Amino acid sequence: MEAKINKTHREGAVLFSPYDAGSSIKKALEVGRENILFEVRESKIKGRGGAGFPTATKWMLVAAAKADKKYIVCNADEGEPGTFKDRVLLTEYPDLVFDGMVVAGYTIGAEIGILYLRGEYIFMLEQLEDYLISMRQNNLLGKNILGKEGFNFDISIRLGSGAYVCGEETALIESLEGHRGEPRNRPPYPVNTGYMGYPTVVNNVETLASISKIITKGADWFKTHGTEKSTGSKLFSVSGDCKKPGVYELPWGTTLNELIKIVDAENTKAIQVGGASGVCIPKSQFDRQLSYEDASTGGSIMIFNESRKMLHVLKNFMDFFVEESCGQCTPCRIGNVKLLECVERIEKGEYTFSYINSMKDLSRTMQVASKCGLGQSSPNPFLSILENFKDEIFRSKENGVSHA
Amino acid sequence: MPDTIKRAPVSQQPFKVEKPQDLNTIGGMISIEINEKKVSVPLGTTIYEACKENQIHIPTLCHHPDLCIAGVCRVCVVEVEGMRTLQASCSFPITASIKIKTTSELVRKARRNIIDLLLSEHHGECYACVKNKNCELQTLAQEYGVDKMRYGHISAPIHEVDNSSTSVIRDMNKCILCRRCVRTCIDLQEVGVLEAISRGDKTVIGTFYDKSLQDVICINCGQCINRCPTGALYSNDPSDEIWQAIDDPTKHVVIQTAPSPRAAIGEEFGQPPGKSFTPELNTALKRIGFDRVFDTNFTADLTIHEEGTELLHRLKKALVDKDESVKLPQFTSCSPGWIKFIEHFYPEYLDYLSTAKSPQQMFGAIIKTFYAQEEGIDPKDIVSVSLMPCSAKKFECNRPEMNSSGFKDVDYGLTTRELGKMIREAGINLPELPKTGFDEPFGEASGAGLIFGATGGVMEAALRTVYELVTGREVPFENLRIEVCRGFEGIKEASVKLENVLPDYSFLEGVEVKFMVAHGTANAKQVMELLKAGKLSDVHFIEIMACPGGCLGGGGQPIPTSEEIRKQRAKAIYAEEEGLPIRKSHENPHVKFIYEKFIPEGPCSELSHKLLHTHYTKRGRYII
Repeated sequence: MEAKINKTHREGAVLFSPYDAGSSIKKALEVGRENILFEVRESKIKGRGGAGFPTATKWMLVAAAKADKKYIVCNADEGEPGTFKDRVLLTEYPDLVFDGMVVAGYTIGAEIGILYLRGEYIFMLEQLEDYLISMRQNNLLGKNILGKEGFNFDISIRLGSGAYVCGEETALIESLEGHRGEPRNRPPYPVNTGYMGYPTVVNNVETLASISKIITKGADWFKTHGTEKSTGSKLFSVSGDCKKPGVYELPWGTTLNELIKIVDAENTKAIQVGGASGVCIPKSQFDRQLSYEDASTGGSIMIFNESRKMLHVLKNFMDFFVEESCGQCTPCRIGNVKLLECVERIEKGEYTFSYINSMKDLSRTMQVASKCGLGQSSPNPFLSILENFKDEIFRSKENGVSHA
Repeated sequence: MPDTIKRAPVSQQPFKVEKPQDLNTIGGMISIEINEKKVSVPLGTTIYEACKENQIHIPTLCHHPDLCIAGVCRVCVVEVEGMRTLQASCSFPITASIKIKTTSELVRKARRNIIDLLLSEHHGECYACVKNKNCELQTLAQEYGVDKMRYGHISAPIHEVDNSSTSVIRDMNKCILCRRCVRTCIDLQEVGVLEAISRGDKTVIGTFYDKSLQDVICINCGQCINRCPTGALYSNDPSDEIWQAIDDPTKHVVIQTAPSPRAAIGEEFGQPPGKSFTPELNTALKRIGFDRVFDTNFTADLTIHEEGTELLHRLKKALVDKDESVKLPQFTSCSPGWIKFIEHFYPEYLDYLSTAKSPQQMFGAIIKTFYAQEEGIDPKDIVSVSLMPCSAKKFECNRPEMNSSGFKDVDYGLTTRELGKMIREAGINLPELPKTGFDEPFGEASGAGLIFGATGGVMEAALRTVYELVTGREVPFENLRIEVCRGFEGIKEASVKLENVLPDYSFLEGVEVKFMVAHGTANAKQVMELLKAGKLSDVHFIEIMACPGGCLGGGGQPIPTSEEIRKQRAKAIYAEEEGLPIRKSHENPHVKFIYEKFIPEGPCSELSHKLLHTHYTKRGRYII
């Protein structure tokens, strides 16, 4: 099983390039905190989980905070449908990830790092624990790491229980504290009041892995990949109607057309970029770039060919959100149910356009009034699929006759 | 830093920005714009508060002045310039010069959509709902222009109503998941019976393993009822049975009325909080058809005798006999919510409780024994009703041991809200009624009994009596006001030194009697933890009331509630008290009469133990 999965990734220029375990830690301890922060800021790296918050800003806020304790949490909840890149990183490149955590811990002044591992990834727990043991044996974890007096840092692994919302950083922290996984009010942000009330950095697996590369090879090298605003490369988890699905490392700025060629997809009708909470891009827009400034994604790319019915695709996504909403705030908890209802009514042909418009209006409310990113982004597929595939959805005989 | 272990999760807690002590310092005040009007507010104020200060009303639903902030209903969202999304004004602290819009199109649409969504999940059968005309969802729908059920409406109930509890009924068909009850239970009261369970559209508020309320460690305090914005939580209403008893000519129906309902019932009739309607209430009860109207304060006076004597006995045993098995401090036992709390959470400390029954149960026992005997009525024909501010009293009167007369001592516990409904049903407008006194033979009660309604009242009443009993002099406080017992501080602590005592009490000469007062079970928990840690060995007497503010904040009192409203009720109680002729329990002539005629051996004697004292049950945290 494992071997098969890990064959699916393709060599890349940044993350999937050679690396000596522990080298970023060694370098970091040599250059010191300020230089690490400088290097990370210069690299312009943004969070790889999907939200795209500048990593350096997060780190600086926590590094500057005065507190008895600080924490670095690695978000390995990888729950966005269609994402499986962290799985490759954690099984094949644990050195990059854990070294990145140690560097982060050193920089912000944390002594404890926590890997929040998706519940379904329990199969890799033993292997990861073994790796941590070997790190401890090599003094890459523990007391006075690599002889650096006073730098103590260790990592523990905690398992999630399968809630999608726990990928949201504040819900993740709630879950770590033993509570129901529900997003907190923001402000305060985790950099101020995080795990157990202490300043906490929550970074995606891929972000931390990239840090290891930035530290060893430098920001300037990192910036040679990608675009002006989206630096470096990105792991894309490509699935769906293509001949070569898998995890690809590609520079930011790659267009969808280029991607289709690389993964060998034919008759492609639509690409869902950014998972269930992303947007669905039709063929006419395949010249768009994968980047923070254009088609942004935490890595999930789902390809649909001409044989797929977009309304079914949408229904699948809405089903997912109805179930995965944490149930806390009104717009998300009930709104998603109403959107799913709408899809079902379109299926049956029982709708009017004023009804569809009121649902679009509701989507807008959900986007601005929901408490966290889940409810704010769950209407994305609804809006983008209805907009980009309206001919297919509303003129199809199969979906009944419009009553408008 | 939020305490994340014991109390509500941080997701349900506010971001606290310390407000500067001196607002005149630089940065103390911050200048913001609300709807293009420049105003200045203290740093750390929430947007909601800032708007309120500036006469802009922002609708809220999950927000409650007594509770920590949740930010879950999203009704209070406003636009903050430069921010991608709308912000919940209840939870957003102002720390920069922001520009706020409270009625932009985006905000108005969002609000209406959210209210519409809530209505679509709410089984709104308004005319048949206990909260009709006092429902926050109903009001919001009206205020924010909900014109149709845009997102549908539930036409039939989905959830089974949980009416297993003697006190609190849960109808989840009306629940809008604002989680006020959850926060009330875990954060305000630190009981933790209710929590959100399941996820997504299946989320419901439930109990441990979704058991019925009688099978979990609910203390019946009813604080959740007082804070529910809809009719999802309400008390178990016995008014139909009471009407039936009144209609039955063979039944002699008596009612005793506790002090707190009188200070609050006006609110049921549109009166502002803080006005007592004792004599008008008596008239109303007579007109409804109760055969006798008695004053629970009378048995409050009796309680003081019994509980005070018990305390002196314990002190004597401890100080003179050096009996180490004596449990001190002695805790009061008037509050049935507190009793159930200690039975569940601290069952090993039940011996510290006074064995005296609560005033309600003492009265129940007396009515079906001495009163029946005096009046020549067969106790089986007496229906004894109590008007209480409390939902837990319903549980108390149903406790199996409360039948010292051979019958159920109190048949029905009626809350202030339920009586308000009965009075309205009888076509009576309470505030305009003429005044009537209480009925004999228990017509007179002391002011000491009256102040039982406010936190610290039992302590104040007990001190007035015990001090005088021991020293022969009045308590050394101006106009009998023992201020240290008053006020809403969570835990109060003070002491009185006993000097020049009467010969009978020479063992108390020079003793500094230390006492504590706590209200709300969260504070009670703190006291119990101190006791557990052995830090209360020098304390003699502790009053605990389960509800915030004491009985006047009880789970049967008019809705809404807030600290301000509770303060007004307390004011009404203390003001009424000062106007009474007798203000010390031991000076109540009717109590003296009871002892002389029926219990000649006096307080804590064998007969008094049979009728006026009780025992408790070790319940523990797990109900199997």
